[in-house]
Amino acid sequence: MAMDLKEIEKYIKEALPDAIVDVQDLAGDGNHYSATVTSVEFSGKSKIEQHKMVYNSLKGKMGNELHALAIKTKE
Amino acid sequence: MEQQTKDLITNEISNNEVCLFMKGTPDAPQCGFSMAISNMLKILEVNFKGINVLENEELRQGIKQFSDWPTIPQLYIKKEFVGGCDIVKEMYENGELKKILEGKEISFKK
Repeated sequence: MAMDLKEIEKYIKEALPDAIVDVQDLAGDGNHYSATVTSVEFSGKSKIEQHKMVYNSLKGKMGNELHALAIKTKE
Repeated sequence: MEQQTKDLITNEISNNEVCLFMKGTPDAPQCGFSMAISNMLKILEVNFKGINVLENEELRQGIKQFSDWPTIPQLYIKKEFVGGCDIVKEMYENGELKKILEGKEISFKK
């Protein structure tokens, strides 16, 4: 079962309330997404930590229901 | 994760300065993201070992736990987890990847 674009956005915003989230369905197949996430919470953290915060917000769905999500984080 | 899998990962990242856990092989990648990192390393003429996780289901799951990272590919340089496709691509584009290679004394095409 693939994930809906709005659902991805909702999960990220739940974890990072201040975030500006832009989710795109890259292939139009409900399976390959990109997310650009801008949040002050990223400040002072390494890219790996920033991406982990986004992965964690998806509560284990990444790599399972969610096959491909390209992440770009900005402070 | 089984000890055997953990040992396998530890051995690979200890014995290979640049190690890419990927789907498929550098010559025949099975996933676009794995192909992307593999190609970046090839362009930089970095000598690396590609480890095909599709040949070993234990390893495929184990590496995610080991790095605490949910996706593949995963790049290790001198035992340090550098990132997945998005991070490595960003670092490739902004020159940080070269800096890391330089800092860790890995030879590459300058």
